[in-house]
Amino acid sequence: MTDADAPLLEARGITRFFGRFAANRDVSLAIRPGERHALLGENGAGKSTLVKMIYGVLAPSGGEFLWEGQPVAITSPAAARALGIGMVFQHFNLFDALTVAENIALSLRGERMRGLAARITKVSRSYGLAIDPNRAVHSLSAGEKQRVEIIRCLLQNPRLLIMDEPTSVLTPQEAEVLFATLRRLSGEGCAILYISHKLDEVRALCDAATVLRAGEVVAQCDPRSASSAEIAALMVGRDVAQVGRTAAGGEGPVRLSVRNLSLPAPSQFGTALHDVSLDVRGGELVGIAGVAGEGQSELMQALIGERRTPRPETVSVDGRGVGHLGPDPRRLAGAAFVPEERAGHAAVPDMGLPDNVLLSHHRVERLIGPAGWIRRARTSDWAARVREAFDVRAGGARPRAGALSGGNLQKFVVGREILRDPGVLIVNQPTWGVDPGAAVVIRQALVDLARRGAAVLVISQDLEELFAIADRIAVIHAGRLSAARPVSELDAETVGLLMGGAEPGADRDDRLNAETVHA
Amino acid sequence: MMPRLEARAEPSAWMSIASPVIAIGLTLVAGAMLLTALGRDPAEALWVYFVSPFTDAYSRAELVVKAVPLALIGAGLAVSFRANVWNIGAAGQYVAGAMAGGLVALGAPEATGTAWYVLYLAAGAAGGIAWAAIPAFLRTRFNANEILVSLMLTYVAVLLLDWAVRGPWRDPLGFGFPQSRDFTQTFHTPVILEGTRLHAGVLIAVIAAVALTLMMDRTLRGFELRVIGAAPRAGAFAGFSQTGAVWFALLVSGGLAGLAGAIEVSATVHQLQPDISAGYGFVAIIAAFLGRLNPAGALFGALILAVSYIGGENAQILLKLPKNVTGIFQGMLLFFLLGCDTLIRYRIVWGRRLAP
Repeated sequence: MTDADAPLLEARGITRFFGRFAANRDVSLAIRPGERHALLGENGAGKSTLVKMIYGVLAPSGGEFLWEGQPVAITSPAAARALGIGMVFQHFNLFDALTVAENIALSLRGERMRGLAARITKVSRSYGLAIDPNRAVHSLSAGEKQRVEIIRCLLQNPRLLIMDEPTSVLTPQEAEVLFATLRRLSGEGCAILYISHKLDEVRALCDAATVLRAGEVVAQCDPRSASSAEIAALMVGRDVAQVGRTAAGGEGPVRLSVRNLSLPAPSQFGTALHDVSLDVRGGELVGIAGVAGEGQSELMQALIGERRTPRPETVSVDGRGVGHLGPDPRRLAGAAFVPEERAGHAAVPDMGLPDNVLLSHHRVERLIGPAGWIRRARTSDWAARVREAFDVRAGGARPRAGALSGGNLQKFVVGREILRDPGVLIVNQPTWGVDPGAAVVIRQALVDLARRGAAVLVISQDLEELFAIADRIAVIHAGRLSAARPVSELDAETVGLLMGGAEPGADRDDRLNAETVHA
Repeated sequence: MMPRLEARAEPSAWMSIASPVIAIGLTLVAGAMLLTALGRDPAEALWVYFVSPFTDAYSRAELVVKAVPLALIGAGLAVSFRANVWNIGAAGQYVAGAMAGGLVALGAPEATGTAWYVLYLAAGAAGGIAWAAIPAFLRTRFNANEILVSLMLTYVAVLLLDWAVRGPWRDPLGFGFPQSRDFTQTFHTPVILEGTRLHAGVLIAVIAAVALTLMMDRTLRGFELRVIGAAPRAGAFAGFSQTGAVWFALLVSGGLAGLAGAIEVSATVHQLQPDISAGYGFVAIIAAFLGRLNPAGALFGALILAVSYIGGENAQILLKLPKNVTGIFQGMLLFFLLGCDTLIRYRIVWGRRLAP
C-alpha cells in the first residue's frame, strides 16, 4: 500500500446508543484522499448519526476515528473543521436577513469583511459556483443557498467534505453543475463523503460506497459496477416492489378545479402565488414538480383552506366553489388533504392515533355526537382500521403519533385520508423521508385511489416519483404553475428546465456570472 | 462525573405524577434551610407551616375556604394554559369580578331573594370576562402579547378598586377606613358547615372543575383547545380557529376568576377592601401546574397551596415570621415543580459527556 492509498479518515467499530437503541453498531469504513465515497441507506439506517459523529456534533459511545492513521477525538464541529472536515447539511444554516458575505463571515473567525467578498468571488469563479456575495440570502434560490454553504466550507480548505442529501433541493441541471464541482474538488485531492438514497446519482458520481442497514454496515461496494436494483436490495434487505400502474381510464369529469388563484406571500420570506390554474379529472393523478420553496406550501395552504380567497371559484370541488371556505366545508364537499409535514401539521405528535383521526375526520365522518361529545368508540375503530389497512406498525396498544417512525406515521396520515374514499385527494410530498418499502405502499394507494375515480393531486420534489405515478405533470416555479402535460410528452430534462424557471440552464448560469462580475 | 440530561424516547407518565411530589419534598428541604437561617428550629417551623393547619376542625374548614378561589381560578387557568394562551392576569379579573359583583350588592341594599344572589354571581363572572376580553381583543386584533397585557391590567384593576373604596364606594360609617359598606344578607354566600366559614362556594368550585375536565377530555371544544395548544398548524389543518381558541380560553379563565372574586368577597369579608385579592390570581397559576393543567387536578393543587396560606398565618402568630415567607414557599414550589417537570421528557444520566 502506498502513501497515497493510505486512508484520510478511518472509522473503526463506531457504535452509538440513544438510550438502549443502537443507531450505529460496529461501523467501520475508510475514506481515501480524493475519493468520492457514498454513504447509502434507508431513512433511519444510521447515516445521519454516523456523519454527525464524524463532524463532531455527536460523540460515539464506542469505537474510534483515525485521521491520517492517528487516533483523534472529534469533540466539536470546530475540532472537525480544524482537522479539515467540512459539512453541508441538508437543512441550510443561514440567516435569511443577512447577505452571503455576512453569513460566511459569521462562521470564519477573525476574517475581515473587506477582503472576504473578493475571496468569495474568487472561490465561486474557480469552482463554477456563481454567487454574488452582496445579495441577501432570502432572495436566493435553494440551489444558490447550497452554493453559499459549499463556498463556506471551501474557504476553510477542507480535505474531507461531507454532503448530506445535497440534490433534494436541486433541479436535475443544477445537480449536474454540483457534480462537476465535486469531481473537480476530488481531483484536487479533497475526499467527498456523499450521503444519498438516490442510487442513480451515486452510481454516476461516486467511486466507493458503504451501505448501512439498521445501524450496521451490510456492504461495501463499487457503485459503478453494481446495478441500482442490487444496491436497493442491499439497503432494504429484500427486493423492492415496483408501483403497478394501468393507463388512466378515459376522460372523467373535472373534480378539482383551480382558477386564477393568487395570494400574497404569507410572510417576509414566503412565496406569493400568481394566477395558478389547474384541472384534475376523476380517474387521473396529476403531479406538481418543483424544487423546494417555490410556492408548494403556499399552494397547499390555499387548497386545504388554511388560507382563503374572497372568491369561491378559485378552488372548486366537484363543481362547487369552496375558495372562500375553511378546511371542514371542503372536506364535506369531498376533498381530503395530506400536508407535507407529518408531525405538527398533518398530525399532533403528542396525541394518540384516535385523536389524530379526530383531527381531520371529526365532522366529515361524524365522530362527534350531539352537544359536541366525542364518539370515542367510533374514533378508535377508525384508527384501528387505518392501522390494519395500511400496516401501520407502532409499539404498544395506544402509541403517540410522535412515537411512530417516519414511514409508519406517513402511512397513517395518508391512509387516514384514503380510507375515507374522497373524491379529491391533495398530497404534498407523499414519501418525503420515507423508507422505500413504505413509499411503494403509499404510491400504490394513491394510484389505486385515482383509478377508482378520484382526482388525485400530488405535489412532490421527487421527479422519479412523479414519473412513476403521475398521468400529467405541471411545474411550480416562483409561485407560478405551468400547464400540466401528459407524462408521455415529457422527460426529466424538460421538466428540469421548467423547474429552474423555463430558461435554458446555460443562460441562467451566464446571468448569475454576470451579476457576480458587476457586483 | 457530571450529571446531564438525556431526552427520553417517550414522555414519562409516571414522572408527570411524581414531579409534584418531588417538588413538594424539595420545597420542604429548602424551606427548612431557610427557616434555620432565620434562626428558627426547622422541625417546629415546618410543623407550624404544614401540619398545624390540619390539627383542628376549624383550621381544616379554613383550608377549604382558602382553596375555593384558588381552585376556581386554577381550573380556568388550566384550560387556558392547555390552549397555549397565557392568562397571567387572573388577579385582575378576580378584582374586576369582585367589583362588578359589588356594583350589584352595593347598588341594591334593599334587595332580597336568591335571584339577586344569582345575579350577583353572574355580575362577578361578567366582570372577569370583561376584563379578560381586553387582552383577548388586543391579542387577536393586534397580536399583542396576552401575558404582558393581562398582567399589566391586574395593576389597573387593583388601583381601580383602591380608588373606589377610598372614593365613591367608601363606607360613610367606616371611620375613614378604605372599605365599602357591608353587603346585606342577600349577598352572603351561605355557610354549609355550622361553626366554621365553610361556604357553598366549594360546591361551585367542584362543579366547575369537573365540568371543565369533562369538556377538555370528552368534547370537540376541549379537543380543539388541546390541539391548538399542542400543534397550532395541525389546528389550522383541522379547521379549528386560533382566534376562537384565544377568546374562549381567556373568557373562560377570566369568567371563573371573576366568579371567584365575587364568591370570596360574599363569603368572607362581606365588603370591598383594597386587599381582597390576597394574591389568589397568581398563586392559582401554581395550583394549575400542580394539578398538571387538568381542571380537576387544580382542586388538589388548590388544597396544597391553601396549606401554605393557613400555615403562613399560624407562623406569623406563633413564630413571629413575616408574611412574605409564605410567598417564598409558594415561589419555591413553582420553581421546583417546573424544574422537576423537565424530567418528564428528560432523564438524568451520570457519566462521560455525550453530545445530545
